[in-house]
Amino acid sequence: MARAVSNGIKLRNTAIVGTLGFLMFFPILWILILSFKTEEDAIRAPLEVLFSSGWTLESFTTVQERSDYFKHFTNSVVIAVGSTFFGILIAVPAAWAMAFVPAKHTKNVLMWMLSTKMLPPVGVLVPIYLIFRDLGLLDTRIGLVIVLMLMNLPIIIWMLYTYFTEIPGEILEAARMDGANLREEVLYVLTPMAIPGMASTVLLNIILAWNEAFWTLNLTAANAAPLTQFIASYSSPEGLFYAKLSAASIMAIAPILIMGWFSQKQLVRGLTFGAVK
Amino acid sequence: MATKASRAAARMMISPSVILLLGWMIIPLSLTIYFSFLRYNLITPTGNPFVGWENYYWFVTDPSFKAAMINTLLLVGGILLITTIGGVIFALLLDLPMFGQGVIRIMVIAPFFVMPTVSALVWKNMFMNPVNGIFGRLATGMGFEPVDFFGQIPLLSIIFIVSWQWLPFATLILFTAMQSLDQEQLEAAEMDGASWRNRFWFIILPHLARAITVVILIETIFLLSIFAEILVTTNGGPGTATTNLTYLIYVSSLLQFDVGMGSAGGVIAIILANIVAIFLMRMIGKNLDA
Amino acid sequence: MGRIQLEQVSKSFGELQVIPPLDLEIEDGEFVVFVGPSGCGKSTLLRLIAGLEDVTSGQVLIDGTDATDIPPAKRGLAMVFQSYALYPHMSVRKNIAFPLRMAGMDEAERDRRVQNAADVLNLTDYLDRKPAQLSGGQRQRVAIGRAIVREPAAFLFDEPLSNLDAALRVGMRIEISELHQRLGTTMIYVTHDQVEAMTMADKIVVLQSGVIEQVGSPLELYRRPQNRFVAGFIGSPKMNFVSGEAAKPYAAESIGVRPEHLQISSAEGAWKGVIGVSEHLGSDTFFHVLETGLAESITIRADGEVALNRGDTVYLTPEPDKIHRFDARGRRIE
Repeated sequence: MARAVSNGIKLRNTAIVGTLGFLMFFPILWILILSFKTEEDAIRAPLEVLFSSGWTLESFTTVQERSDYFKHFTNSVVIAVGSTFFGILIAVPAAWAMAFVPAKHTKNVLMWMLSTKMLPPVGVLVPIYLIFRDLGLLDTRIGLVIVLMLMNLPIIIWMLYTYFTEIPGEILEAARMDGANLREEVLYVLTPMAIPGMASTVLLNIILAWNEAFWTLNLTAANAAPLTQFIASYSSPEGLFYAKLSAASIMAIAPILIMGWFSQKQLVRGLTFGAVK
Repeated sequence: MATKASRAAARMMISPSVILLLGWMIIPLSLTIYFSFLRYNLITPTGNPFVGWENYYWFVTDPSFKAAMINTLLLVGGILLITTIGGVIFALLLDLPMFGQGVIRIMVIAPFFVMPTVSALVWKNMFMNPVNGIFGRLATGMGFEPVDFFGQIPLLSIIFIVSWQWLPFATLILFTAMQSLDQEQLEAAEMDGASWRNRFWFIILPHLARAITVVILIETIFLLSIFAEILVTTNGGPGTATTNLTYLIYVSSLLQFDVGMGSAGGVIAIILANIVAIFLMRMIGKNLDA
Repeated sequence: MGRIQLEQVSKSFGELQVIPPLDLEIEDGEFVVFVGPSGCGKSTLLRLIAGLEDVTSGQVLIDGTDATDIPPAKRGLAMVFQSYALYPHMSVRKNIAFPLRMAGMDEAERDRRVQNAADVLNLTDYLDRKPAQLSGGQRQRVAIGRAIVREPAAFLFDEPLSNLDAALRVGMRIEISELHQRLGTTMIYVTHDQVEAMTMADKIVVLQSGVIEQVGSPLELYRRPQNRFVAGFIGSPKMNFVSGEAAKPYAAESIGVRPEHLQISSAEGAWKGVIGVSEHLGSDTFFHVLETGLAESITIRADGEVALNRGDTVYLTPEPDKIHRFDARGRRIE
């Protein structure tokens, strides 16, 4: 039973924790504010920025006009969604089989799959780079879709596996007794029950792929560059254009922030491989 | 519970994943090992002769290797220290009774969803820039000399930025673990006369121990590969002040085009990551049996 | 029709043989209960009949035809699971209609049958709810509804009442028995609870370690248990066993007497002892008699009005024609 706590104590806690939370969030809030400022206003002192300057959408339009922001945004979408889509396509049967038809080696296979995730990307940077160069995959979206799909495949399989194992086997047996064949069992019983878990898996993997900043930086240049690479281009003196950097950044992180808020719980499961629930 | 037919089908369904991951692991890995024994440079063709351990020798004896190892250690260690201690504090605080807990939690967790290049550049320009950054202005406003973050304390600055990104991760996991703590256990301890401090040491901390270990292991795996933050803030400099192992390998392979040397570094990085991975896998494996 | 025969059926998981070859016949319309301690193989046996497990050797015949290689869906059997196994994303109506939908039945007929089943099981008001919104007893009834709409050759129940509380269990027991009376369909029912077995079964199959210890009607098992295991398992409180010197006069290695077949007296009798714990149920009282020198404690059932206190010396006398005699291997001696 939770104990009744006085409102005074609750207010005090809210003030302390709220302040700390606000400090963590402040950088994001700050670029949100700066993105609606002109370049001149954006570099003024913080209080002036807040209270004595106007608001404008100018930075958002300039970012698009000057550097074709939308192209990079599309690249990010294609790469994140594409790698997740193919990953799910390959992972669902594997996770299904391991969860519902466990064999002697299932656990070892799972652990081995996970171990591939422990390989540091930089350890295979050279061969991947050379293979991509020889196959003409450098700076292509398809190349990144493949790499990110393979990189996140263990996480996808693992997450789906933990969700599937939570579906009681008796329900699938009941379906079998009720006359459902394998196709009907998957279609009418398993899939509807697995959809929430699959949705979280999709969400988490889009987030991971969207923010991936090793392969996207090393394997793309102008054409296939997603937002990670596009933002990195501001590390040159262009970064001094605060308002434009802010506008570009806000547009790059907003979709993921929103998705992330929806998938906090699943994030824990996905990133700890079920070790913390 | 399975019948023979379903077992055969299961093998069919698993094989695409296994084949892909096997390829993804074995092909690049064996190439890395193979290249690491060749003199192989993309700009000066040498016929790629076999040179034995030469690449390893030059890679390890290069002074920047020692610097990179120390930097990697400091980066990983520093960030782990900040995020786990901070994470425990945040988890405890968020568990307190308060108003609008959901909103506050979202604010704390948000930085984790910010892509690395964005967070690095935002901190670099909007906060740590000595002239126009908020920290600089605050210092000047109070009459201090502003700190040139990336000139004077480059490594610490990167530790700070990456900690900001990973503190939410630690908080989220430790907070989840906190919520599985049986309230009756705490009440029993209270009845037994344990003070708040004792309850923290003897009940809460042991309960979180497992989650803390998971946080440390998983963060280590990711933190060994910090790259984007260094690339967009300091390019590994000044000198080698912020070059970690990952960045050093990137420099030898993609900037100096020395495939052999980069591969030798890659093998070393793989060995290092595996040491951590073994512990992590053992923990996850145990959990799988439970 | 629902006549089920097992011929030399065995099951192994890898090296481990959980069911050595056994034969069993279940007549059409019979209510058969598989009973035994947990891990005795009773659920495995049921799943072999259902087809959810492959038999390692032997044959399963349903109505005389070999069903060994027929998949579960085609065997014409319906099963009620321990966890009920309702589809959480479907309404009660859809849950019950699911097997009909799988059979490709048209919608009008489906609705008619679901409505019928709902009437029988008092589920009419809940048809549009999801399983999560139902109580344990209601879920149980939905699971049964899903089984009866198919009009199967036989019903298989896998410990269906073990998740219900005691009061509800008694009610459901009666409902299932009534259902059997009304439908007249073969039912095979697995439980570890001998009370359920005794109250519901036409025929009880007692299993231990995958081996059939005895098959018979409840009263047969009660009156003539074939061995010590069955004697101890059937009946509550458990039968008292006495071995050694006291069994000698009966020409047996050990003898068994049920608590209800012992006379208690404070004056005279065959065995002397001291009253330990008494359990007063109102109608009856169970006395645990200590220091008899026969067994650690002998349980006897007396009338609720008998007034004896802890420490009182008492004498026990077994009813001579109710003594069960067993040989050295625990088998019944006639």
